[in-house]
Amino acid sequence: MNYHSRKLLKLNLAPWRMATVGGLLLSGLVLVAGRALYLQGLNTDYLQGKGDAVANRNLTLPAHRGQVSDRHGQLLAISTPVESLWARPADLVLSAGQRVQLAKVLGVSPQELAITLARKTRGEFSVRRPVTPEQAVKIAAMGVPGLHLRREFRRYYPAGEVAAHVVGFTNVDDLGQEGVERAYQDWLAGREGQRHILRDRRGNTIRDLAPIKTAQMGGNLALALDLKIQYLAHRELAAAIKTHKAKGGSVVVLDAKTGEILALANQPIFNPNNRRNYKPGPMRNRAVIDTFEPGSTIKPFVAAAVLERGLFHPDSVIQTPETWRVGAKLVRDVHPHPQMTVSEIIQKSSNVGAVKLAMSLTPQQYWEVLHRSGFGELPGSGFPGETAGRLRDASTWKPVEHATMAYGYGLSVSLLQLTRAYMAFANDGEVMPLSFLKREPQEIAGVRVFSPSVAREVRAMMEAVTQEGGTGLRTRVPGYRVAGKTGTAHKLVDGRYAADRYLSSFVGMAPASNPRLIIGVVIDEPSDGVYYGGSVAGPVFAQVMAASLRQLALPPDAPETATRVTQNSLSVRGGV
Amino acid sequence: MSRLNVAMALVLVVCALAVIQAQHRSRTYFVELERLKKEARALEEQWGQLQLEQGTWANPARVDALARTRVGLVAATQERIHVETEREETRTGAP
Repeated sequence: MNYHSRKLLKLNLAPWRMATVGGLLLSGLVLVAGRALYLQGLNTDYLQGKGDAVANRNLTLPAHRGQVSDRHGQLLAISTPVESLWARPADLVLSAGQRVQLAKVLGVSPQELAITLARKTRGEFSVRRPVTPEQAVKIAAMGVPGLHLRREFRRYYPAGEVAAHVVGFTNVDDLGQEGVERAYQDWLAGREGQRHILRDRRGNTIRDLAPIKTAQMGGNLALALDLKIQYLAHRELAAAIKTHKAKGGSVVVLDAKTGEILALANQPIFNPNNRRNYKPGPMRNRAVIDTFEPGSTIKPFVAAAVLERGLFHPDSVIQTPETWRVGAKLVRDVHPHPQMTVSEIIQKSSNVGAVKLAMSLTPQQYWEVLHRSGFGELPGSGFPGETAGRLRDASTWKPVEHATMAYGYGLSVSLLQLTRAYMAFANDGEVMPLSFLKREPQEIAGVRVFSPSVAREVRAMMEAVTQEGGTGLRTRVPGYRVAGKTGTAHKLVDGRYAADRYLSSFVGMAPASNPRLIIGVVIDEPSDGVYYGGSVAGPVFAQVMAASLRQLALPPDAPETATRVTQNSLSVRGGV
Repeated sequence: MSRLNVAMALVLVVCALAVIQAQHRSRTYFVELERLKKEARALEEQWGQLQLEQGTWANPARVDALARTRVGLVAATQERIHVETEREETRTGAP
């Protein structure tokens, strides 16, 4: 049997049909192969990228800024994560009901919210920065498209304005702008890390695709500041500024043994937690940045200079007429005495006496003592914007300047610099380097400025300032011996000394037998009629010193003197 | 020879299963590790917030005000302070 012979079964195909079908199949194969080649070979990067985008993630590991604390670990600055609300106008779909609800959560009126959200911006903008944790939960629950929460670190300053000038603050990008935050930016700043990971469908991390770059947290910083003393300084200064209707003022508290800055307060103040009212004036750390003419607080250095050269003894008697002429300048004493010892010149703050002492030195000799004490030099605290003050070279001094320099005009200093210089008298002639950071006693090496005997003699003179007949009676601290020097300087206004504008200052130390603390106080333009350093700055000194000595539990060195001169400010103010 | 091959094949299967098991365990542990790391971060954040809270409560201005108003504390005046210079002797004699 031959199938081919059967007529019915005979394949009767035209050759072109074979060719068409074969061609179609082949072209289909070529198409698929071409597509495969395109996907696998030519377009692979794009597709691989798409695939990675689903499963691979580049994570940024957040690093927070280091904490700043005081010497006892009390927090002064801390970064903590907060949620902030961001909107992307392009995706924003908000029903009327949601709008009212959102306004309620944020605590604004729906109109205000509408204005905020109507902003025409490409990309995103922040609606509220930061939101409270409760608000964050409610907003997340609403699930509005185009609104999302973002996690970011915000810097908080628990001590607020009390330590604001020292700690400073950061801007929204977490960069230190002022104070310690700026000075130690590199140390405090954290460095973000990176992680490249593979995720499964549920969003779990399965494995790392690249070595982890760990986030480096910012370093913590312990300041030398003692928050309790800082608060006392702040409180007493604020009270004094108020009573004397002054423009401003500063207080510096130094540890005489280590050079650590235990407190530094200024007025006016600002709140570092509130960045909205951004006024540069109150933010300035006056104690470090502003200079003033020291006035009589310079006189102990004159005394030290003449004692050191052996020109006088503390008990040498000097004729001190009411006025004394140097060139065209008539130097005058407010409370004249015909003759005084060197000690009494310091005790009663005689200008004529100080001029006569200073004129017994050559300008070069006097300059050298001032220079050695740190005037005209940076105090070296490392604080941003710290000033060196002004001390001109001795070769340019005219005799008049030589004379005025003896009672503190013609040179300018910052309060920190002046207080630091007094460390020489407090610490038996040795000045310790200043530090805003807490430090261990063994790492300090001081600089010798005066011999121990000269330093002690001047300290004894300064102790007389606070005793009967001195200018600083209101600087006494019950139970302790206090040494210090008052200063009252006319302010330089438009190149002339204003007759009615003063800077009242006092720099002192206690316990005088072996000083542990040095406190410098300056009050700018007291305008309630009282302006002498002993009466304006003195009481602030006494209050801060008394409280600080108590705080440090230093044993009294004059237990029998139950002085009633300095009343407790708290009872004066009627128990605030 | 063929018996050895069968044995080797069996060993291979066991090894393969072991690899799967190990891989699975590594993933579970990894997920656990990630979870714990996240928890550690959350706790650290909480610690920071607690520190902040503590710092705010312990603000000297607040303590000062509360000590005066609520507890009624006053600073001791000079005549009410007794300084014990020689501690040991006075302690034994003190009532």
